[in-house]
Amino acid sequence: MIVGQHLIEVTYLIATALFILSLKWLSSPATARRGVWAGEIGMALAIIGTLLYKGIVDYKWIGIALVLGAIIGVPLGNVAMTAVPQRTALSHAFGALCVTLVGTAEFYLRTPDVPKFTMSVLSLEVILGSLTFTGSLMAAGKLQEVLPQRPITYKGQNFVNLGMLAVAIIIAVMLVMDPSRTTLYPVMILIALIFGVMLIVPIGGADMPTVISLLNSYAGLSAAAMGFVLDSKLLIVAGALDGASGFILSVNMSKAMNRSFTNVLFGAFGQVQTAAAATQEQRSVRSASAEEAATILSAANRVVIVPGYGMAVAQAQHRVRELYDALTKRGVDVKFGIHPVAGRMPGHMNVLLAEADIPYDKLLDMEDANPDFPQTDVALIIGANDVTNPAARNDASSPIYGMPILDVDKARTVMVIKRSMSPGFAGIDNPLYYLDNTLMLFGDAKQFVGAIVRELSGAGGHG
Amino acid sequence: MQVDLITSLYVFMLAAFIGFEVIRRVSPLLHTPLMSLTNALDAIAVVGAIILAGKHETRMSTILGTIAIVAATSNIVGGFIITDRMLKMFKPSAKAPKQ
Repeated sequence: MIVGQHLIEVTYLIATALFILSLKWLSSPATARRGVWAGEIGMALAIIGTLLYKGIVDYKWIGIALVLGAIIGVPLGNVAMTAVPQRTALSHAFGALCVTLVGTAEFYLRTPDVPKFTMSVLSLEVILGSLTFTGSLMAAGKLQEVLPQRPITYKGQNFVNLGMLAVAIIIAVMLVMDPSRTTLYPVMILIALIFGVMLIVPIGGADMPTVISLLNSYAGLSAAAMGFVLDSKLLIVAGALDGASGFILSVNMSKAMNRSFTNVLFGAFGQVQTAAAATQEQRSVRSASAEEAATILSAANRVVIVPGYGMAVAQAQHRVRELYDALTKRGVDVKFGIHPVAGRMPGHMNVLLAEADIPYDKLLDMEDANPDFPQTDVALIIGANDVTNPAARNDASSPIYGMPILDVDKARTVMVIKRSMSPGFAGIDNPLYYLDNTLMLFGDAKQFVGAIVRELSGAGGHG
Repeated sequence: MQVDLITSLYVFMLAAFIGFEVIRRVSPLLHTPLMSLTNALDAIAVVGAIILAGKHETRMSTILGTIAIVAATSNIVGGFIITDRMLKMFKPSAKAPKQ
């Protein structure tokens, strides 16, 4: 049975259209699941089409590999929602691994006569693939906390990193000139692999949203490059879509942290911190108990809750849901204000709150939340810090000056649930805590929110 | 060959424009599912790996292709499952209040 190459091409064409539709439907939560189905159908069609390819002489290993991949994939698809950032990083690593391995095999099969253009994109493919592979593994390790999360910086770090990248590119150029120099190839891969590790070494937890987006973009671009090498339009389109998505998210994240995009591109993360923090004279803060907090909250008309990574760490999202229920029952209008870089990846907080059954129309992004704060009675901050720091708005000497923040200080009362007065990841003091309208609620996020909920349900009873 | 290259570049350029326009419209609400979905779609690289493993040209290319299939398939399966799980959780207010 010989199936025409045309039929295969048609399945690819349909798959390409379905992939684009898939992302289009993702634009709204109402149609988003349809998007997943479109993607699945497209993927299935493309794989079946490929299996019909007449050049395939042996199906044994393909079958084993598909089954094995599915066996690994199922648990990876069923991780807890709190583990989604590290799972995403890991999947970037797998994607990049696939691309790098295929590129490597293609190189050794085709050498020494590889056209210059093909060798250029192949080098791009494997360099991006290799650095994304190790970089994503490092990111996943940091997110899973099997690697130290503290950013490690040393003098001349950027010089070393850029130097390594330059060497890899020089080797790539030499290979383009003469693809028969096969001994150079492993050196190029090795340098790219090390570069990926070095790129993530200086990254701290709060920079993760940007880094994950960037690695996403690299993974997409390397797949598109692979499409050029194999002359597969389907791969070019899928890679370009993924690359564009990662790029848009990276730009969003870097804007939300007020970093220039070049700053992000060259991996100069984690540089901004260290300054400040020194000048902390003892200023007084006002603290309150769960009982007082409950009283203030139940007297409010409008409450905006601002969640941050601390909420995820404390696994407090279900308690937050109970608080939302208790307040909503009393007629309080409760919304959530979510900063783009809250958490460890783009959209992290939305997923956790959605998991806790909070309706998505209550989740506001920064642009929608900020105009509301002046009319808000209580802004309740749970595990967020730097994204609420008014110094970003009005203190030009602050390291985070210029970063867009949630204007929680404009609310009538600000309540901050925080374990202690220790500054956030960036080591930057938050003047918000010393404002007259701020109440500090010291304690673990989960326990404290739980205590407020108990007060609310115990005290009122009839709403 | 040269014609193919130009065609491929056109395809890349157009796909990038479509990608920007389509993805710009994705609400920040869904940025995490967006990333897991594009990741699953990106694993279409599996088609290259399947052909590589199936052609059986050298032992090395078969081994590399096979490992590549495993890596990509785990992304396809895991990526679609988790994206769907996440999207299932996003519900509008209308349904939410029970009492």
